[in-house]
Amino acid sequence: MMLGKLSWDAIPFHEPIALATSLVVILAVGGIAIWVWRKGWWPYLWNEYVKSTDHKKIGIMYIVLGLVMLVRGFADGIMMRAHQSLAVGAGQGYLPPEHYNQIFSAHGTIMIFFVAMPLVIGFMNFVVPLQLGVRDVAFPTMNNVSFWLTASGALLVNVSLFLGEFARTGWLGFPPLSEKEFSPGVGVDYYLVALQISGVGTVLTAVNFVTTILKTRAPGMSYMRMPVFCWTSLASNLLILAAFPVLTVTLALLMLDRYLGFHFFTNDGGGNSMLYMNLIWIWGHPEVYILVLPAFGIYSEVVSTFSGKPLFGYRSMVFATLAICILSFMVWLHHFFTMGAGADINAVFGILSMVIGIPTGVKIYNWLFTMYGGRVRFNVPMYYALGFMLTFVVGGLTGVLLAIPPVDFVVHNSLFLVAHFHQVIIGGVVFALMAGYTYWFPKAFGFTLDERLGKAIFWCWFIGFHLAFMPLYVLGLWGGTRRMQHISDPTWQPLLNVALLGAVVIGLGIVLTVVQLLYSIKTRDQRLDVTGDPWDGRTLEWLTLSPPPHYNFAVLPDVHGEEAYWLRKQTAIKEDKLIDEPDYQPIEMPIDTPTGVICAFFASVCGFAVIWHIWWLAILGLIGAFAVFVWYAWQDEHEHVIPVGEVRDNARERRRIRMDNLHKLSQST
Amino acid sequence: MSSAEAPAIGLTHGGSEDTGLGHRGPESKSIVVPYGFWLFVLSDMVLFSALFATYASLAHATDGGPASNELFDRNLVAIETMALLLSSFTCGLAMIVAKRGNMIWTLGWLLVTGLLGAVFLGIELYEFAKMVGEGAGPQRSAFLSSFFTLVGCHGAHVTAGLLWIGTMMAQIWTKGFREHIMRRLLCLSVFWHALDIIWVAIFTIVYLIGTLP
Repeated sequence: MMLGKLSWDAIPFHEPIALATSLVVILAVGGIAIWVWRKGWWPYLWNEYVKSTDHKKIGIMYIVLGLVMLVRGFADGIMMRAHQSLAVGAGQGYLPPEHYNQIFSAHGTIMIFFVAMPLVIGFMNFVVPLQLGVRDVAFPTMNNVSFWLTASGALLVNVSLFLGEFARTGWLGFPPLSEKEFSPGVGVDYYLVALQISGVGTVLTAVNFVTTILKTRAPGMSYMRMPVFCWTSLASNLLILAAFPVLTVTLALLMLDRYLGFHFFTNDGGGNSMLYMNLIWIWGHPEVYILVLPAFGIYSEVVSTFSGKPLFGYRSMVFATLAICILSFMVWLHHFFTMGAGADINAVFGILSMVIGIPTGVKIYNWLFTMYGGRVRFNVPMYYALGFMLTFVVGGLTGVLLAIPPVDFVVHNSLFLVAHFHQVIIGGVVFALMAGYTYWFPKAFGFTLDERLGKAIFWCWFIGFHLAFMPLYVLGLWGGTRRMQHISDPTWQPLLNVALLGAVVIGLGIVLTVVQLLYSIKTRDQRLDVTGDPWDGRTLEWLTLSPPPHYNFAVLPDVHGEEAYWLRKQTAIKEDKLIDEPDYQPIEMPIDTPTGVICAFFASVCGFAVIWHIWWLAILGLIGAFAVFVWYAWQDEHEHVIPVGEVRDNARERRRIRMDNLHKLSQST
Repeated sequence: MSSAEAPAIGLTHGGSEDTGLGHRGPESKSIVVPYGFWLFVLSDMVLFSALFATYASLAHATDGGPASNELFDRNLVAIETMALLLSSFTCGLAMIVAKRGNMIWTLGWLLVTGLLGAVFLGIELYEFAKMVGEGAGPQRSAFLSSFFTLVGCHGAHVTAGLLWIGTMMAQIWTKGFREHIMRRLLCLSVFWHALDIIWVAIFTIVYLIGTLP
């Protein structure tokens, strides 16, 4: 009774695959932990990262979390592809149905919530304050709390691998299947609790970033001088602010159904499961744009930088971003045209869905015209930008097809749909994240990544993606529905094998990403970023050194034009001198604090207890979290001062490096 | 540390008091903190709007059980509403005396605010208990599920507000009216008034419309 529903049965002894995976993961994590301990790195990690309120380090932690979870999500993906290739006709594959269902649910949940979201938020964390020319986000401690709550959600999803099970209901947990009656196990509870905890973190992030972008910018940076990545981040965070509370409500209502016997979405008691579809997609469709708008921002930065030109149609880009931001709330019903809302309603939502294609088209043309007439440098980020334009346009077009209600009735929930959304998410979001990873890596660590391996990784993703998903379009049109554990028609075998091959090629790309990282660290002396501006950049993050000091800028930059740094750089080159040395002042920075990680500890304990119905522990967790909160609020010192001498010395060193570089540039032009 | 002591353009102190478009450099903390809190309240409003939408779509799904006009007691709700509206007024008074630095009256008005909130909560719990006793608990029908969730979520917010008022009173008592304490007090009052606004919507949509014959 003390442990609620938890017992020895929770460990998957009867499922060899799950058990083996669990053991491998536990050994790997334990091995890494011991290795870090033996190297004596724990104090460093604890002080410099875990407790850090520095937006750059929090950004890096988000990105590490996203990349680690990418491996987990990809493992699920390739297991599904392999299973489907084996489970054709007489073949039965290797995953029993209840395990297969958990895998596709975990794949979707992890890829959206714990890969794409942390990566996107990680880049916003790292880049936005630097681009705005300020020292940190508006609420640095809350930023740390947000990260650890996200990590807590990710932890719970992974615990479901060892203890109990994960949801078998697909990544959105549709009722009535996800109701107690049909899913009595803890799987759906893991799903609900993990998303609730990480959702709190995400909303806090949005509060933080909207405030940061609207209220803390360098002097002179008016709205129309903000880099496009900041604009798209603003739009994305506004969407989070308006959409995530709806997700919180939706999941909370399902929890009430499951835990307390309420009747929101049940078959009996007057419940209405279509209410869940409406609510979850009112969050779900904006979520697509929460992910893809910052991706568009990354492409804008990359295309402009590597074309050596200002972004074409900056203003139209901003308006297109905001148009998408608003329209994204007006199309949710296209996810279930088959609900039967009637021809008129379906037509309205179908047309609105197609209307989103217009501002998106504006963006594509803007990128093309930015390249036009520019001296394009084909570095790795530019590869991804070009690969994106090719892939995303096709993905968008299949989306327009799906937006036609009669067509949607035919291909609803088919592999055609699966191919479509993978095309826009991999082609749109993942390519952008890989581009951003390569583009901003030197800013974070002071050396660039290896280009040759970077290009190889790009080709793996690009070719692998097309091999993996083009066959699914065909299979979808042949009538293949998604999430099939067994495929009876043997003529599908060849296409399924091609799709598996594609997944293997993508897997090679992921392996090469690890190789590239290790190789680049080993040979970093050959590619040091001495100047802080390795790509001849145009925005303020390239003004400071790589890696930037904790406070980013010794003196907040004074912004005079649309491309703050480019203008300053060109003036300096022309006049062959830097701006006059400013009057340095001491700088106040937020102190680091373990509040976030302690909060997340209690959130994890509480979440785990709720999943397993261990009520005393849940209450203890809540009390603990409240106590930490009050303890933090009672502190008086939240800032420390960096003395003026240190600021001045660092700034002079930076100026010396800049001057050296300036002379080189002046001589070359 | 006030901005006068630290002219040094830190991340957080000093900064512009400009309430315009923010292009004169980062705003001061006295603007940034309440602004962020307003955004949080905005997200809370979205949360309630989803609950209102749920209630609206399930209000008639009584599954043969009691309907709204058989359950609600307008008189009880009137007292409840008066208590909450009055608590908003006393919360405003607490803010005024806090700005004047009057410790006793600030604590006094905050205490009254909290007590009125507790009266509101007590009546709500009484109403809930009575309904459950009559067999009209949240498990009875989708309508009742959505009623208890919407009103209960507001009640949970009031409970959180009471915890906050208590913590705030302790902080004012031990630390006095420092800059960051005043900022928190401002956020608390924003939160408390927002709960009032939501209650007005609940009062209208759930109770007034719900008791029509």
